[in-house]
Amino acid sequence: MKRYDAIVVGAGHNGLVAAAYMARAGLEVLVLERRYLIGGAAVSEELYPGFTYSTCSYVCSLLRPEIMRGLDLPRHGLQVIPYEGSLNVLTDGDFLASYSNHDRMRRELMRHSRRDAEAYDRYALEILRQCKFIRPMLLQMPPDPTSLRPKDLVDLVKFAKPFSELGEKRLYETMRFWTMSIGDFLDEYFETDVIKGHLAGSSIIGTALGPYSPGTAYVLLHHYMGEVDGSIGAWGYARGGMGSISKALAASAQETGRCEIRCDADVTDIIVKNGRVKGVALADGSEFYADTVVSNLDFRRTITKLKWTEALDDELVRKGENFKIRGSSGKLNIALDGLPNFKGVAVKNNPALSGDIHYSPSLNYLERAYDDWKYGHWSKKPYLDIVIPSLMDPTMAPEGKHFMSVFVQYVPPSLHDGLWTPAKRDAFGETVIGLIEEMAPGFRNLILHKQVRSPWEIENEVGLTEGNIFQGELTLDQLLFNRPVPGLAQYRGPKKGFYMCGSSMHPGGGVMGAPGYNAAREVLKDLRRGAPA
Amino acid sequence: MSALKGHIAQNLLPTPFYERVLPLNLNHSWERWEGYLSVGCFDNIEREYTAIRNAVSVYDISPMTQYRIGGADATRFLDRLMTRDMTKVAIGQVAYAIWCDDDGKVVEDGTVFRLGERDYLINVQEQNLSWFQDTAFQYDVSIADVTEELCGLSIQGPLSRQGLEQIGLKDVTALKFFRLVQVELDGMKIILTRTGFTGDLGFEVYLRPEHALAFWDRLMATKLSPRIVPTGSHALNLARIEAGFLQVNTDFIGSERCQRHSQRRSPFELGFERLVNFKKPYFVGKRALLREQAAGGPRWRTVGLDVTGNKPADGSLLYDGNREIGRVTSAMWSPTCKRNLAIATVEAEYGALGRTMQVDIWVTKELRIEKRLVSGRVVERPFYNPPHRLT
Amino acid sequence: MSAASSNYDVAIIGGGHNGLVAAACLARAGIKTILLEAADAVGGAARGYEFHPGFKVSGCAQILNLLRPEIVDALRLGDHGLRYAASDLATLSLLGDGQYLALDDKAALAQVSAADAENLPDFRRRMIRYANALAPSLLRQAPRMDFANRANVWELARFGLRIRMLGRRDMRELLRIIGMNAYDLVTDEFENETLKASIALDAVMGNFMGPRSPNSVYTYLYRMAGSTNGNRGALALPAGGVAAVMQALAAAARSAGAEIRTGSPVARVLVKDERATGVVLDDGTEIASRIVLSNADPKTSLLNLLGPEHLDTEFVRRTRHFRDRGTTAKLHLALDALPDSLRNLPKQGQARFLLTPGLLGLERAFDACKYRTVPDAPPMEIVIPTLSDPSLAPEGKHVLSANVQYVPYALAEGNWDGARAKLREGLIASIDTQLPGIKDRIVGAELLTPADIEAKFRLGGGHWHQGEISLDQIWTLRPVPGFVQYRMPVAGFYLCGAGTHPGGGITGAPGWNAAQAVIADLKTEPTR
Repeated sequence: MKRYDAIVVGAGHNGLVAAAYMARAGLEVLVLERRYLIGGAAVSEELYPGFTYSTCSYVCSLLRPEIMRGLDLPRHGLQVIPYEGSLNVLTDGDFLASYSNHDRMRRELMRHSRRDAEAYDRYALEILRQCKFIRPMLLQMPPDPTSLRPKDLVDLVKFAKPFSELGEKRLYETMRFWTMSIGDFLDEYFETDVIKGHLAGSSIIGTALGPYSPGTAYVLLHHYMGEVDGSIGAWGYARGGMGSISKALAASAQETGRCEIRCDADVTDIIVKNGRVKGVALADGSEFYADTVVSNLDFRRTITKLKWTEALDDELVRKGENFKIRGSSGKLNIALDGLPNFKGVAVKNNPALSGDIHYSPSLNYLERAYDDWKYGHWSKKPYLDIVIPSLMDPTMAPEGKHFMSVFVQYVPPSLHDGLWTPAKRDAFGETVIGLIEEMAPGFRNLILHKQVRSPWEIENEVGLTEGNIFQGELTLDQLLFNRPVPGLAQYRGPKKGFYMCGSSMHPGGGVMGAPGYNAAREVLKDLRRGAPA
Repeated sequence: MSALKGHIAQNLLPTPFYERVLPLNLNHSWERWEGYLSVGCFDNIEREYTAIRNAVSVYDISPMTQYRIGGADATRFLDRLMTRDMTKVAIGQVAYAIWCDDDGKVVEDGTVFRLGERDYLINVQEQNLSWFQDTAFQYDVSIADVTEELCGLSIQGPLSRQGLEQIGLKDVTALKFFRLVQVELDGMKIILTRTGFTGDLGFEVYLRPEHALAFWDRLMATKLSPRIVPTGSHALNLARIEAGFLQVNTDFIGSERCQRHSQRRSPFELGFERLVNFKKPYFVGKRALLREQAAGGPRWRTVGLDVTGNKPADGSLLYDGNREIGRVTSAMWSPTCKRNLAIATVEAEYGALGRTMQVDIWVTKELRIEKRLVSGRVVERPFYNPPHRLT
Repeated sequence: MSAASSNYDVAIIGGGHNGLVAAACLARAGIKTILLEAADAVGGAARGYEFHPGFKVSGCAQILNLLRPEIVDALRLGDHGLRYAASDLATLSLLGDGQYLALDDKAALAQVSAADAENLPDFRRRMIRYANALAPSLLRQAPRMDFANRANVWELARFGLRIRMLGRRDMRELLRIIGMNAYDLVTDEFENETLKASIALDAVMGNFMGPRSPNSVYTYLYRMAGSTNGNRGALALPAGGVAAVMQALAAAARSAGAEIRTGSPVARVLVKDERATGVVLDDGTEIASRIVLSNADPKTSLLNLLGPEHLDTEFVRRTRHFRDRGTTAKLHLALDALPDSLRNLPKQGQARFLLTPGLLGLERAFDACKYRTVPDAPPMEIVIPTLSDPSLAPEGKHVLSANVQYVPYALAEGNWDGARAKLREGLIASIDTQLPGIKDRIVGAELLTPADIEAKFRLGGGHWHQGEISLDQIWTLRPVPGFVQYRMPVAGFYLCGAGTHPGGGITGAPGWNAAQAVIADLKTEPTR
């Protein structure tokens, strides 16, 4: 049987990024994917004739430009269409629009509060500062603060240097920002509910925290640190749906002639001999061998669901079980017969409609939505992040018709009265559709087809434990050198030759590619193959 | 344009003079100014500049932001906010003032009109509402943004008084420098100030937007009208450099808008010494400014430079030998002074009058870039200060 | 007024425990100190009074567990009357109808969960190890992030070294859990719901936090850093109540030469030439001093006593944003006798009772504070101090006092005047279902909501810690970044209350640290 230099378990975007960089560095790489298609949570599927669904992940921004260029993704078919605004619709006919143009945005804010319009500039400046500060850390390996090895100490000093160079005042701002709740942070700047609700959305998406939970300001940053064509914090659609990203990554990897990708290949065992990985075994019994195995699975799954032929120590298994990876989001994918009419919102030439359409009237609304989650219920009044990519990308739906993706926060991985059932899932879908109907009367009649997904579906289909979209909570106890757990933050797994490249690793989730890139770099370093191309 | 409530269809708003200005803007030269459309250059910059210095120029200052300050503590509040002694500003006086942050760095500058005992109007380039409100905590003051209730024209040039007299503003004859008067002209309520940003004789007129066009038409119907030239910001910028005025966002950045704290500047670094009064009660930034003094004074100095040659030193770096010591923030060849002028920020030790340094000028010559190291000397500002400005 | 004519070196505003500790420290250093207390007795929020004729309580304080042993020793509080009626209270978690689970009783715990009984001592040992690593910084100034000053770098290095000395395994674990929430921690560690909820209640008590709020592990460690008689984490009842400790502190201060004036509310701080020069009392009396040290909460001290006109805009902004809305109410009940349900308690009743509605219920109870409503059945920590110290009530009678967690400062609708009685009856009913018979024995009751606590003890916001203990409001960020070393922007004006590093609870640490700062400054400053 053919021997490979490296096997990647799971063809999510990070797995593909890692594979592409390893293949480019000359390794023979095999990627094994359990599903029928590659991409993990970045997939496009035609679930209704003529409509392309971005079934899970639905917008991009976070994909590191270094990776975009390094893997030549535009040449491999990836096109990102930036959107020009967003909208927070209220059910009373008013709304808050946001526009990429600063003056237009400011006037819209002034319509709600003059003080807030001005505060927004100060706020945006602070966010920009924080983004610029954190960005260089994304493609860095977190240091090990507990190690006394000279190399680790050097790493630690390098890591600490930007902090010491911030200056006293900014260092305080940064410390506060990393530890505060987004609610408290926004309360310091703004007075208007709808503005705070709008801005807070990004800090709760995908996380099992409420807007008043400390640490959520950082989560906001996590969503803002991306860029589209150099425009910081901008978001956009991948033309042809999120699957285009995966396809481009795969094409880039396969172009080398050294990367083989197999679908319908369910890895169940990690073969270990004398403390060293030797390969993997699939559910059908077939085995593949390589001295390097890279797992794109989340940390909990990697540690507790894969069978290790030499057992992992108990403490590690307990850490795997205690890893905080909580499902908190649901998703509706809907094929529409026409464009919905949001109350009070202009349809023609309205850039605000081209991006996220939120339902997020206030911080307390979000906090209450979170309360439901805590007690095992989907939010009776959820936070919605709706996008209609077909407005910008005609390939997503037939002319005049639209594909709508509805991201819903908060939806628990299991319910207070037991597991998810199809009936409960439909009831959840109905909650969401009812709310959209309030935002856009007549919406219900436009629905041609819908797919409702609770965390249970997300876990079972894509393999993300509990349906957590970030492969693990982005809280202080699971960031930087604590991600996924202290001591395993440097992409190297519990056995020699084993690596982890999923979003469970620093810097975390979103279709960013940074964990994949960082993991590939560490593999190549250990194999003395030099830095990734 | 949608008729739907709240939908914002345009990026920039027209000012109340837009209808008149639009057909005159032959260059279609528009610039953004705090959310409004502002003209860069109508037709010919030399003609517009010449009007400022020799006849009458009219410049639309409606985008300026205005705050109306009232209440029992109005004067006490302004005195806390601003670095100069605001208790000395008389009713009918206009005061140029700056305000600082906690670290004694300039937040912004503006002019304060004292309209009554407890009635002030602050006129600024950019919005400052939250800074004012937060500084007014526990003070009995009202702060209202009245930007949209006022529009304005800056009427500048040696013949400006004549022009205003001709439309019937008799009060203009006696109006002294940095004074204001509130008048009514055919039902139009007008605040007339003898101020400007050109260093020439000049006036500013503030009125309600609904009277904008009528006032414009009246001005343009005077006998003097052939010599009244609508002027854009490009020509005005030349005049203000000659006058030695600093422009926010050009020569310095307001401290609340600086991305890097190191970019902030203290009043002493900007040459506003005369606007800082350490003898009055506490004002925001006083402790920090005293600390700056105690630590040996400012790190930077903003200076006027006389540069050799006639190529404007826009954005030039300044050197002492091989050492970079500062940079030019505004520069021009002055047709009136016949000098090559620049405003620059230099390390404090280079700020003394007469000090010379090398100015690194990059000149484009038919697609070729030439680098010229010429000499620059620190000279007095204003560069141009005609006697008729104060008459 | 020249400094030469000033009568005092230091005037302290407020005789809370930190003000008293500061007064004692300063006087012992030979500094002429006067302490001005508005009420007619010292003690601040731990002031002793009779809420019902003959029934004595110590304001908000019912247990002593955090007072730094270094302070007890240095001020020889033992000589000044500090005695313990009980020095290691048992924790009994109420299960309804007089039943309880004794959490310190391994055998009892093993009956509900063998694994938890096994793990609990180890868990406590670990938490105490982490707390020990943090504890030394409690009695030191927090560093400023100004690295040009070597002292700050040195302080940071000390702190880092301390954590490093835990060893790799513990250091990793501490760095992981310190930002975590109590819910996750106890869920990872334990299986018994009662035990989990009890630990979580200790973690969140006094703060605007639910068990699921990140940072609530830090507050637990803060609590574990306390000790009594060298026993880390132990809870004590001082003889005569916590108010007696206040008297001991006052005695220590007086014997060292400090002057303490009660019934002397300070109206404002005198400022001349941007320097604090003394204080003026409500009655107009001026007291000159070289330094003014305020034990009041940061907002009251800076915005009311000093006034924003002496401060800068951003500083005022920061001060106003300091989160200090109280979450905890106080219930006092006067009992004419004990009900039968309380007759057979372990350790002769040297115990505290925790009333928790389970871990999720605890989180749900937090809603009352989040949405500012009258709570239904809020969690409580209950003590009956008369069981170990009968002097606190007439013979044969008893005092029950309870900390009631999650009572909002203000209500979203209506006000406390309309809702106080309803809440009080609800609380009594709730206690009665746990300790049957209590209700019939009540002869007097007092309920203090956070707003009442604010008014009664002049504690702005009515917050236990004079302000939230959360990662963005502790250490180098408390109370205002850049002004964490007790010295406020106006020269000669200092804070010494719980609103400064390291925070609240009866630690005495802010008072101690502030006094050291004042002593150092008076040494270097030439007398004018």
